[in-house]
Amino acid sequence: MIQDLFAIPRLSGNAWTVWKRNLDVFQKTWRVNLVPPFIEPFLYLIALGFGLGGFVGYIGDVPYIDFIAPAIVAVSIMNSAFFECTYGSYVRMYYGKTFDAIIATPVSIEEVIAGELLWGATRSMIYTSLMLPVLILFGVVNVPTSLLLIPFAFLGGLLFACIAMCFTAVTPSIDALNYPSFLFITPMLLFSGTFFPITVLPPALQAFAFAVLPLTHVVSICRGITLTLFTPFMLLDLAWIAIVTTVLFILAINLMKRRLVV
Amino acid sequence: METVIEASNLVKQFGSFRAVDTINFSVRPGEVFGFLGPNGAGKTTTMKMIQCASPRTSGSLSVFGLDPGTHSHEIKAMIGVVPQETNLDTEFSTIENLIVYSRYFGIPKEVAEERAEKLLDFVQLTEKRDVNIEKLSGGMKRRLILARALVNQPKLLILDEPTIGLDPQARHLIWEKLKLLRSLGNTIVLTTHYLEEAERLCDRLVIMNNGTILVEGSPAELVRDHVGSGIVEAEHSPEVVECLSHMGISYEVTGDIVQVVTDNPRLVAQELLRKCDAKQVLTRAATLEDVFLKLTGRGLKE
Repeated sequence: MIQDLFAIPRLSGNAWTVWKRNLDVFQKTWRVNLVPPFIEPFLYLIALGFGLGGFVGYIGDVPYIDFIAPAIVAVSIMNSAFFECTYGSYVRMYYGKTFDAIIATPVSIEEVIAGELLWGATRSMIYTSLMLPVLILFGVVNVPTSLLLIPFAFLGGLLFACIAMCFTAVTPSIDALNYPSFLFITPMLLFSGTFFPITVLPPALQAFAFAVLPLTHVVSICRGITLTLFTPFMLLDLAWIAIVTTVLFILAINLMKRRLVV
Repeated sequence: METVIEASNLVKQFGSFRAVDTINFSVRPGEVFGFLGPNGAGKTTTMKMIQCASPRTSGSLSVFGLDPGTHSHEIKAMIGVVPQETNLDTEFSTIENLIVYSRYFGIPKEVAEERAEKLLDFVQLTEKRDVNIEKLSGGMKRRLILARALVNQPKLLILDEPTIGLDPQARHLIWEKLKLLRSLGNTIVLTTHYLEEAERLCDRLVIMNNGTILVEGSPAELVRDHVGSGIVEAEHSPEVVECLSHMGISYEVTGDIVQVVTDNPRLVAQELLRKCDAKQVLTRAATLEDVFLKLTGRGLKE
């Protein structure tokens, strides 16, 4: 039973046909899709950067607005992939019966899920690419190193897509997806070194954040990139993300297979 | 003759419930093979095993000589599926549904576009080419699903309740298309609980109930072997019943009707009118419905 959940799935290029389906839908509705990534950074930078930042001033020797800019990107990477692969995938699976239609073709259920996960990651990458010009315009990120955020958004997005898909695979209903949204995503938004340095937290909470809050590692890398402050510690973040993503990628596919193939 | 589908002792178990219980059947090339049965008989479960969507519990099953458990990719490339549920992609227009679906089969874009236009013409939806799926009627959606099942030019078409919930016009249009496909040499497997549909379309069929196959044969054979050629119906009154018993004619009472199954309906009708003083007498040919009700019982299936 348990071994089944970690069995290496057999995948082929067919997964990209599922990814392409989602990309086609995204392009059909591009007007709606392109607005949030432009508006979101404006709101955060003005409210938190200028508003709150006016009181905070500097964190270390970094202006507060520069401190939170990478966190805004990290949160967006998290949200776009997570919500795509929870509510988005659930609607396609349960209400649209899209997965049932696809698995009647040579595409397997494993490939459908892999395609969904790759799409979730792609969505994070698209959002990051759209936010970046705004951040550059505000002069709160370093250029050209910040361009590294784009490929990194794919990896970070894949991490959150895999986490999301595990929840989707076990949720009894669409309403129950509110639990991970409020009990997992919201705490991460607040306690992952996003709006204040993680070092001000009690040591126990810090350890907790590093161990189980994925956003902590994503924020850490995003910040290193936008401030051009590369530390060896970032390699540890990267390793954490790579390992957890790999394990959850396999787990998400097998959990969904268990849910859908009866 | 080589068979398209061969099932022997096929079983599908869900927990303690046996949805398909040790069934045997084979489907030959070029025929329309039907699974007839009430709701919950195991028809859909059997289709799901054939189309590699659900693994079998035990027994053997081969489709084009291949095992669905190990060769799902190859089998699925050769079959077209019309599911019971309408699962068109609501994010796309009519033609886009066909083109996006073709991509799952690895069909090159140019080929897919050309085929999609032809298929829309075939199911008479060319006018609705660029319309969003939500705007199609129930019958149009079913026709589009039929077109979608044909994008890979399948050697075997599987239809699960192809005309469920359709009005008579829409149903006849689907039947017409299926007959055309049969005449082109396609092998078709379908499930239905519409007896008329089975009678009109199927070369051979099985009647399923509670996960087992009760009988197998052509519609005409089944009617002949299990019912007889004619049915005479009269009102259910004590006089009629007594009179029939008196003459030694066996009958069956269903509701307010007395039914006599006979090879000589004309004679029985005369006797009923003359000797039994029946008020209403109706003679008709026996149909598959009579076979079905006789074998599966008259109780409500839920």
